This record gives sequence, C-alpha cells and structure tokens, in this order.
Amino acid sequence: MSTTTTQQPKVYGMGAEFPSASALYHAAEQIRDAGFKRWDVYTPFPVHGMDKAMGLGKSWLSAVVLVGGVSGLLTAVALESYPSLIEYQTVVHGKPTDWATVPAFVPIFFELTILFSAFACVIALMVMSQLPRWNHPMFNWERFSRVGDNGFFLAIEARDPKFSEEKTRALLESIGGHHVTLIHD
Amino acid sequence: METSLDPQLAVRKTPLVANGRSLDWVTEKVSTIVEARTPFWWWVAFMITSPVALFGLICIAYQISTGVGVWGENHPVGWAWDITNFVFWIGIGHAGTLISAILFLTRQKWRTSINRASEAMTLFAVVCAGIFPGIHVGRVWMAWFLAPVPWYEGIWPNFRSPLLWDVFAVSTYFTVSVLFWYTGLVPDLATLRDRTTSRVKKFFFTLFALGWRGSNRNWRHYEMAYLILAGISTPLVLSVHSVVSFDFATSVIPGWHTTIFPPYFVAGAIFGGFAMVLTILLPARILYPQLKDLITPQHIDRMCKIILLTGSIVGYAYAMEFFIAWYGGNPYEQWAFLHNRLADPYLIGPALHIAPAPYWWAYWAMITCNVLSPQVFWFKKNRYNLWVVFIIVNFVNMGMWFERFVIIVTSLEQDFLPSMWHLYHPSWVEVGTFVGTFGIFLSLFLLFMRYLPMIAMSEIKIVLPESDPHYVAPGAHGTHGEDAHNPVPH
Repeated sequence: MSTTTTQQPKVYGMGAEFPSASALYHAAEQIRDAGFKRWDVYTPFPVHGMDKAMGLGKSWLSAVVLVGGVSGLLTAVALESYPSLIEYQTVVHGKPTDWATVPAFVPIFFELTILFSAFACVIALMVMSQLPRWNHPMFNWERFSRVGDNGFFLAIEARDPKFSEEKTRALLESIGGHHVTLIHD
Repeated sequence: METSLDPQLAVRKTPLVANGRSLDWVTEKVSTIVEARTPFWWWVAFMITSPVALFGLICIAYQISTGVGVWGENHPVGWAWDITNFVFWIGIGHAGTLISAILFLTRQKWRTSINRASEAMTLFAVVCAGIFPGIHVGRVWMAWFLAPVPWYEGIWPNFRSPLLWDVFAVSTYFTVSVLFWYTGLVPDLATLRDRTTSRVKKFFFTLFALGWRGSNRNWRHYEMAYLILAGISTPLVLSVHSVVSFDFATSVIPGWHTTIFPPYFVAGAIFGGFAMVLTILLPARILYPQLKDLITPQHIDRMCKIILLTGSIVGYAYAMEFFIAWYGGNPYEQWAFLHNRLADPYLIGPALHIAPAPYWWAYWAMITCNVLSPQVFWFKKNRYNLWVVFIIVNFVNMGMWFERFVIIVTSLEQDFLPSMWHLYHPSWVEVGTFVGTFGIFLSLFLLFMRYLPMIAMSEIKIVLPESDPHYVAPGAHGTHGEDAHNPVPH
C-alpha cells in the first residue's frame, strides 16, 4: 500500500480518488496548470469538456478514418473497373459494358468506402488507445475497480519529470483528492 | 462553440432516467441482470424459442438437401416468402441503426437507454435476413459465386447488378453494425470485468473488454471513433434498404419499377424496426422491472411518435404509387395496382367493375396494419397505454410483412401472359423456415439479455445530471451562480 518502502515493485504513479465528475474536472484543470505531462483521469463515462480540462486537443483518429475510406473507395474502383471494363466484360441482357456504365458501380464504391472506414476507425481506436492489453498497473489499486461504476480517479505517473512522492501527494490532497495512494507496477 | 447548457435557458424536461437514480444504481441494476442466477422464465422462454429455431434449421436442411422445389414457388412467382422474409428481417434491423447512429448525431439523448438492445436486435435480424438470399438460390454450395472472385472460368460477378450491390450492402451493414455494437460494449464489459468474482467470467470479460480502464486519453479517441461510426452508419443504413429496393426498382416488372422505392423502403424499414424494438422491449421491461426507470413511458412515447411519422410516410408512398400509375399512363402498371392489389370483392372491385384481385386481402391487411392502425398514436393517452402500444406494434409487424408479400407476389402472379397466371401458395417448408427465423431471432435475443449488458451503462450515465462537470448538488447553494455562468473557466 501507500506506506510500502520495499524496493521490489516499481512505482507506477500516484492515484487519487475524487467524489464526483465535477470535482475531478476541476482537479484536472489544476494538474494541467501545474505542468504535469504524464497523467490521466479515469471515469465511468466520458466527461464532457474533460479534454479541455486536461489540455488535450482534438483526436486525430478521424484522419486515419479518412485514409481508410479513401483506400476503400480505391479498392472498389479497382475491383469493379478492372474485371468489368477491361479484363472480362460480361454482357448481360445485351446491355452495354463501356465507360458510360460506371454509375452502376457507385453503390459498391459507397459500401466499400464505409466498410474500410469502419475497420480503420476501430483499428485506429485500438492503436491510439494502446489497446487491447491484458493488464495495467492501475488495476493493482483495489479502489480502482469502481472506475466502471461510480469512481472518479486521477493518476500521475512516476515517469513524469515533476513527479515526487511527497509533493505530488500534497498536491493531490490539496486539490481535493481522497485515498491518495502510491500505485505499483 | 461551447455547447454547455446554461441551466437558466434550458427547458425543464422530464428526466431521461426516472426517480433520480444514481450512477451506482445504474451499474448495479444493469449488471445484476447478467450476474444473477438465470431466472426461471428465461429457461421457459428459451425452451420454447430454441426448438422453434431448430425446426427452422431442419426446414432449411431439408430444402437444401432436396431442392427449392419443396417451396411453393414456380413460374411466374419465382420470389415469394423467401425474399419477403429477407426484406422483412433486414428492414427490422434498420431501427437499431437509426437509434444508435441517427439519433446519436441528432443529439437525441433518450436513445441511450434503448440503443444497446436495439443494436443487438439489428444484428440478430440481419442474421435471420441473411439466411434467405443464401438458400433461395438453391445450390448453397455455389454461394461463393456471390464473392468477387474469378474462380470459375475467370468469370467475375456482374458488378452492374443490384443483386450484387445487395451482397455488398448487406454484408457491409452487418460488419459495421457488429463493429459499432462491440465498440459500444467495451466500456460496459470492463465494468462487468471489475465486478465479477467468478474466474471464468473474469477471463472472458478481461479478454473482450480489451483492457479498457476508462482513461480519458482513451475516451478522447473513443468518443471520436463513436461519432465517426455513427456518422458512417447513417448513410449506410439509408443505403442498405435503398439497395434492397433497387433489386425491385431496376427491374421492368410493373409494380416494382418505380422511383419512389428507395425512400419508401427506408421509411418502411424504420417503421417496422421500431415496432419490433417495442415488441421485444415492452416484455423485457416487465420481466426486468428495474428497467422501468431506464426505459420510461417517455421513451415509449417517442418511439410511438416515430412509428406514427414513418407509418404516415409509408401511407403516403402507397398513395403515391397509385397516383404515378395513373399519371404515368402505363396500362400495365395500372393493371398491377388495380387488378392485382386494390380491387376487393365487396366495394372497390364491384364499383369499378373489376374482378377481385386474388390477394386483395393481403393488400388490405397491409393498409389496415400499416396506415390505419398507427393513427391511434395521435393521442397521447394511447401512447402511454402499454397494452395499446403492444397491440398496435404487432399490427405493424404483421403489416410490414404483408407489405413485402404484396409487393413481391402480387406483382408477379399475373404477369404479361395470362396463360402463365398462377396463384402462389406457400409450402409447409417455407412456413417452417419463416417461423424458425423467429425462433433464431428470439433465442439470440434471450442469450444477449442473459449474458451481455442490455443497457449501455456508460452511455446512460452521461444523461444523469450529476455527470455534468458543472453540476452542483441540490444542497450546495454557495457556488451555484459563478459555476453556472462560467462553464469552462480560463
């Protein structure tokens, strides 16, 4: 627990619990203003405005989705045009097979754009969130099991240059954190 | 840019979660559905639905092993219950995507208590839908012909055919729906993982929760991903039923060849889908009384309003088909609508001196169920009477099945050559397969209710007042003023 002085488990960081979303929101603003870089808040639901309170910008996941969508469109263009216009023009009901028939390709252009975008979106979410993972040091803190229920947590990592066991503890307590705890790997 | 509500400007509305429930209450009530012992009624229900599902699978096996001849289709009615059932089920799926995607983009916060179950309904409905195009071609082992691969003599599928568009649309729809649904499930699976004491459950929840820990650095990407999935699902869901309607609209069959089909089909799909959402959520709400504070009469009221709106759009489309048949001056189209659908043996037929249409009862069942019955939802009293709602939505379920039957069969059975005219009757195998899909659908839904959180906990928590970072507890007066007027300081 927090008073352990043994060397074996490496310190991951220091966590504090807050009573509500609004308390955590204001705490996050203060940690941001104190200049910490490697820290995070943990909530049962996305708190509106928390990105701003933490000093985080827009998520660029959307850019990955754009790339995914464009590649889906290009795949569909290649998949439909090469066989149907170039390699093996299938004449059905005596209908034309020339370039003027391209509008008939549009539904599949659209569907593959959506399909590739969706996969890009989910894969980007995983990569950018560094998921999936089996475990995480935060799970070693028993109070943290309420994060999916009604727990609001803030944790500062030990690798943050401004991290110091005494000062960080004092800071977290001064901004209203409860159960301030040292978390081990 | 700031979208925070000024509490003084916000209209006082009925809270979306009734009785002022807390975050903890939501977690507890939703999770215990999964964690508690299997209730007795669940076994009873599953013991009814799973044999029905099995019977459906036996019918499918019999049809595959014997041939499509075991069905009642023949010339000129080459499509009948198979495609009727396909369109019926795929349409039902659309309400789930509408709730999860379109209502998300339009910031309809009431969707949060029904979106998970509706999305699950979408997936199971699409599973049922997917069976029919697969088996109606007869030789299922040739189904790989649908895939764009040149394995047979270098021949590719015809990319200009709506039937191939349909393959892409439906498979994309299913895949994207699964991704969207699973993305929404991850935070709730993490909640269950953190609560469970069973080692086996812990293993599976840990596996499928992907290590989710509610980190805001993750939520940031998660919210963007969710927004984008909603954004791409919205045109997708509109495209799917449009493409389904192209299967008919691009043909030259009178009664199918109409430009109104795509919007008409989409409205009908949403209409029928909402009816199915209510059909399964109303009993679920009784079986799990704790859901009554989450799925409130207000939610049911709003769904009834959507049913009324879309039902009226469908009614308009039915009327417009007749108008265009008359205005377009195509005698074959007029014949299809008057002689094959509208003319009943009692009023309109005798008045116009037309022999009654063979399936006039199907047409009028459709009109009664789809256009007339939802009109009772104009009255608030009816929208809040759950018995009325349940009866009407089941009329809609029937009506939407009849709609597809009417479109498909009545357009085919009296085709251009009178010598070919042939009434269609379903065989027991077709009936059994259709009933079986209800067994499959309900069995899957029962399993979902039992093993996964059927309410999106992390989403419904957002609509609780205490989730607002500027929320001030009712007791605390001191800081109210400045907090409320400065939503984001600095």
